[in-house]
Amino acid sequence: MPFEPPVVSPTTLPEAYAIAAATPHRPLAGGTDLLVQLTGEIGPPPERVLDLWRLDELRGIVIRDGTLELGALTTYTEIRRSAACLAHAPALVEAATTIGALQIQNRATLGGNVMNASPAGDTLPVLLALDAELVAGGLAGERTIPAAAFWPAYRQTAVRPGELLVRIRIPLVDGGQQRFRKVGTRRAQAISKVVVALAWRADPQSGRWRDVRLALGSVAATPIRAAGTEAVLESAPPTEAVADRAVEALIAELHPIDDVRSTAAYRREVAGRVLRRLLRDAGGW
Amino acid sequence: MTYRLTINGASTEVAVPGMRRLLDVLREDLGLTGAKEGCGEGECGACTVLLDGAVAVSCLVPVCQVDGCDIRTVEGLGRGATGTGATTGATDAATDAADPQLGPLQRAFLETGGAQCGICTPGMLMAGEAFLASGAEPTEQAIREAIAGNLCRCTGYTKIVEAIALAAARQTELGA
Repeated sequence: MPFEPPVVSPTTLPEAYAIAAATPHRPLAGGTDLLVQLTGEIGPPPERVLDLWRLDELRGIVIRDGTLELGALTTYTEIRRSAACLAHAPALVEAATTIGALQIQNRATLGGNVMNASPAGDTLPVLLALDAELVAGGLAGERTIPAAAFWPAYRQTAVRPGELLVRIRIPLVDGGQQRFRKVGTRRAQAISKVVVALAWRADPQSGRWRDVRLALGSVAATPIRAAGTEAVLESAPPTEAVADRAVEALIAELHPIDDVRSTAAYRREVAGRVLRRLLRDAGGW
Repeated sequence: MTYRLTINGASTEVAVPGMRRLLDVLREDLGLTGAKEGCGEGECGACTVLLDGAVAVSCLVPVCQVDGCDIRTVEGLGRGATGTGATTGATDAATDAADPQLGPLQRAFLETGGAQCGICTPGMLMAGEAFLASGAEPTEQAIREAIAGNLCRCTGYTKIVEAIALAAARQTELGA
């Protein structure tokens, strides 16, 4: 049988903070990543586990202060069923729909995806493209970290020892558009070869794009923004000529690797094609 | 720690480590061997059970997270089934389609040839059961999405989809 580390299941957030501050614990949300690690086959299993599942303070989806706020324990099923998410974060709903299958979506959480910090984490490019903020809490209080600064290196997060991720905030953007595409081996249960999230606001007069955000997963050691490509698209209309330049810029700035799931060449090519199709659909050409 | 579980309608208590996988609690501690361990990493769905009515892979759920939960396993699908694991699942090749112990979905699997080697069958049945309970329109696409997390290497899925569609049609006829 797999390793069975000691676990504590606090029922209030202050209690959880106190436990996390006293001794290092691996936080456990929906378990869909952590339980796989109990075999010890993919690295040392966690020594002590802090089960967050009973912390109802970390659940729920609300609109507050111009943002869509999701508790860290929000499951993908809850995201799929949320009218607020559908209205304000359709790309996140799309990502939730493509993750695992129903068995995983019923347990796995947005906060778990954020904290697992896999470069293939499907929601992470969405959070980058939507300028999300991540709120970490601890005995010293809460602090807010922009998604752009949250994953500094491979499998690392900006959350400090003793802190827990408590919620995710996504700003509401009037007239904001967002798209999500995932390329994997099949439609369900696939770990991504390439993930693309794109967000923009179209200027109502000129049709030119503003505040363009293009984020990708599975093409670098962390989820990334494609800043060079964003610069090509910023203040430009989604024409075929602009798409040509944007795809060229994207292929030039991506440096993926060959691994068990795909090759660098395939990832670069597919990322370019996905971007071209998104621009073609938006531009109607 | 002691955890209180309701399994197939019967309350039970288990004194086990909190990080023990629900799959191991079911199979090793409670003798309910219907749920199968295929991959042990949430890819294959053979260990699918219902937690408060929702499908979950029991290999990825620690028992500390199901304290007080209503759990259903394949042992609970048959008529007159109890939490003791005394009834057989549809994987029993010798079982007759008319066996009164079989539930409607199990009978449909048997009639359409929805089970071959049987390893995926308990998980497929639980995914199918959750789909039937959801009241969703039983289109082929909806059924396929409902079992997208369950791998079968024998049937090619067609017979399984037919089985769930047949059970759905009968459920509608009964006005259930």
